[in-house]
Amino acid sequence: MNTQKIHWFKFSSPQNFYFLAGRMWPWFAVLATVLAAVALWIGLVMAPVDAQQGQGYRIIFVHVPAASLSMFVYLVMAGWAGFGLAFNTRLSGMMASALAPTGAILAFLSLATGSLWGKPMWGTWWVWDARLTSSLILLFLYLGFIALQSSIDDPRRADKASAVLALVGAVNIPIIYGSVYWWNTLHQGASVTVKGASIAPAMLWGMGLMTAAFWMYAITMTLVRVRAIILDRERHAEWVKHAVE
Amino acid sequence: MQWNNWNEFLAMGGYAQYVWPAFGLTALAVVIEVIQVRAKRREVLRSLHAQFESEKGDSQ
Amino acid sequence: MKKLGLFGVMAALLRREVSVALRQKGEVLTPLVFFVVVASLFPLGVGPESALLLRMAPGVLWVSALLAAMLSLQRLFATDHADGSLEQMALSSTPLGLLVAAKALTHFLLSGLPLVLMAPVLGLQFGLESRSLGILMLTLLLGTPTLSLIGSIGAALTLGVRGAGVLLSLLILPLYIPVLIFGAGAVEADAAGLGIGGHLSLLAALFVLSVFFAPLATKTALRISLE
Repeated sequence: MNTQKIHWFKFSSPQNFYFLAGRMWPWFAVLATVLAAVALWIGLVMAPVDAQQGQGYRIIFVHVPAASLSMFVYLVMAGWAGFGLAFNTRLSGMMASALAPTGAILAFLSLATGSLWGKPMWGTWWVWDARLTSSLILLFLYLGFIALQSSIDDPRRADKASAVLALVGAVNIPIIYGSVYWWNTLHQGASVTVKGASIAPAMLWGMGLMTAAFWMYAITMTLVRVRAIILDRERHAEWVKHAVE
Repeated sequence: MQWNNWNEFLAMGGYAQYVWPAFGLTALAVVIEVIQVRAKRREVLRSLHAQFESEKGDSQ
Repeated sequence: MKKLGLFGVMAALLRREVSVALRQKGEVLTPLVFFVVVASLFPLGVGPESALLLRMAPGVLWVSALLAAMLSLQRLFATDHADGSLEQMALSSTPLGLLVAAKALTHFLLSGLPLVLMAPVLGLQFGLESRSLGILMLTLLLGTPTLSLIGSIGAALTLGVRGAGVLLSLLILPLYIPVLIFGAGAVEADAAGLGIGGHLSLLAALFVLSVFFAPLATKTALRISLE
């Protein structure tokens, strides 16, 4: 076992990170699967029925994780993008690019599962209130980021331009989060009052574990995706030749 | 265990048409994303192999 | 050469921008015509039922104004970029943020302001009352400068990119949505007898935020695009 200090900066080179990510992602995949299995068991089988919403409330076990992660991933993406913009590091931009599709899918899931929850509970598939509208904006921001990246040929310019876009759009995140406090919206308040004044422990566990599962899953997908991006962008480097033999 | 039998479980107290599509969509999204990521990797590897082949030809 | 202060520089930039833009009178008028055409399409599409038109009017007029203002954004930097003068300006000692602000202001003066003045005429077509027309003008007056400022970010990001026009719209429309919601919402709220202080304050706040931060983002985006 190497007892030297870990020189973290060594992993800021695409080459080193490629191999590090290659070793890491299987672990995150396993974690995601295990957590999801436990969360599904708790959420679908063990958690008690809700007094007001019956069995239909169980959608929160995918809706809340998807919604939380879609916001979190955006912030991480904007963070990497901003870091790359400030310090001109190649890998940061690659990480931001790798995160975007995962975030977009999560944002879409958040909206779709939310609709499926909203229809039986509040009688409507959609309502233009602050939280839903700003969540829709989040999806558009992800799509705009991906569109801008794919339309600029030079990868460095693409990274930097989409970084500016991501940072400008980041102002939407506090708006989504705060919207249920600031405005009277149809979407229920953040203090998840699913069962009277407090939430049953099993429900809390189910949501928490599933959120963790989604998080591990997002990391897995991002690590695998960034490896492909690294290979693609570093294709003229000598190490790439040996890595893909 | 909240359920007495399979049928009750599938029926989800009457909400089946909302609950199962929600979970199903999520599972589908995961499957699609995994497929997309693997396809991207395959495509990059294919294009790299093509590039290295043509480079080998150049130096010979 | 007399040394110009900040306002002097701004005034000189503004004069330059306006005179260059006015050389292409057609391009200045096109968004205005587009506004009229698009707003007129809605009654044709949904039928002449006056109650429906009245209800739709604030939203339709706001969306049409938004789309029309976006039309001319693409050219904000493109023409200067094409003949190399943009790079000259970026290299000069004039702060790029000032230049960007001058361009946004010009865009508002030549695109936004005409829309504000045109809107009441179209509003009459939809049956809006004079009080609503006034509020519509006020919200557009507060909102269109914000649109110019936010739009300049998109214009800078997509400079010289394939399919820049559509991409520009896709990128900035999500950022415009709050302005649209509060702008059109104010007219509707007033018609329903509710107060609009909140809407106007938020519109003003969005304007102030964009005045401070949009030129910064645009300037950064321009430097990236010019590399």
